Amino acid sequence: MQLFNTINELKSRHDYVGLVELIPYAKSIGVETSMIGEHIVSTLNFKQSNIGNPALPALHGGVVAGFMENAALFHLLWEVELSRIPKIIDFSIDYLRPGQTLTTYSQCDIIRLGKRVALCNIKAWQDDPDKPIALARGHFLLANNDPIK
Amino acid sequence: MKINPFLKQISRTPHANQLNLQLVSAETTTVTLKMPYSDDIIGDPYNKIIHSGAITTLIDTACGAAIFQAQNNTQSMATLDLRVDYLSPAAAGKDIQAYADCYKLTSTIAFVRTTVFTDDVNTPIATATATFMRSNKSFPIN
Repeated sequence: MQLFNTINELKSRHDYVGLVELIPYAKSIGVETSMIGEHIVSTLNFKQSNIGNPALPALHGGVVAGFMENAALFHLLWEVELSRIPKIIDFSIDYLRPGQTLTTYSQCDIIRLGKRVALCNIKAWQDDPDKPIALARGHFLLANNDPIK
Repeated sequence: MKINPFLKQISRTPHANQLNLQLVSAETTTVTLKMPYSDDIIGDPYNKIIHSGAITTLIDTACGAAIFQAQNNTQSMATLDLRVDYLSPAAAGKDIQAYADCYKLTSTIAFVRTTVFTDDVNTPIATATATFMRSNKSFPIN
C-alpha cells in the first residue's frame, strides 16, 4: 500500500520531480517527466556520462533502452493503480538511428492492460517525433498469480 | 586465447565508466563483464532491486565486447535489435555479471547471445539475444 499512497500523493500535487526521485536509476541517467496533453512523456537531457560511442558521438544504446523501459514504468505507475512496482518480464528494442547528443523524448502506449500483465509499446525520438531513434515493446507483471498447481 | 587488449579499456567509455563496468574474463568469442551493485541504479526502491535499464546496458556493452573479442580488432558496431527476458530480479546487494557469446559473424552482421547472473552462470537472472551491424570504422577509446 505504501507505493499506492506515495503515487497518489505525487499525482495530487502533479509532482513529476517526486516521481523521478522515487526511482534512483531514472535520477542517475537524468530523466525528467511531465504531462504533455493527455500523455506522460519522459525527457532525457543530454549528459556526457550517457555517451556510449565517443567518436560519433552517440548515446549508449543501453541508456536509450533503459530510458524507454523507465518511460513505460512511469507510464504504468501514473496511469494504473498499482500496489507494487511493476516487474519487467521481457523487453525488445529496435534501434533505428544513433542517439545524438540532443534531448531525447519517450512515450509509452499500453496495448493491452490485463489484471496481471500489461503490454507496452514505447517510442523514443529526438528532434522529430516522426523519425524515432528506437522502438520497443515490453511485458510488465503488475500482480502475481495464485500459485499454479 | 589472448584477450583483446582493447577490452581492458571498455570501462573508459563515458557510460560504462559511470556504471563502473569491469572485464572479468574472455575466451575466443566470449566476454564476461561485471556491474558492481550500486544504490544509484536501483529501480525498485522498496525492495532495493537494480533497474532493468542498467542490466540492459550491461548486456549491450558485453555484446559489443564479445564482438570485439570475436573480431580480434577494434572495428566498431551498432546495435540493430536487442531482446531481453528478465527471468528473476537480481538479489539486493549483489554484483551482476553478463556472459556474452558472439556465436556468428557475417561480413555485415554479428549475432550475440548473453546470459546474466549474480553467483552462478547456470542460474541466470536474464537472457538476451542481439544483432549488430558491423562497421569498418575503428571504435575510438583514447
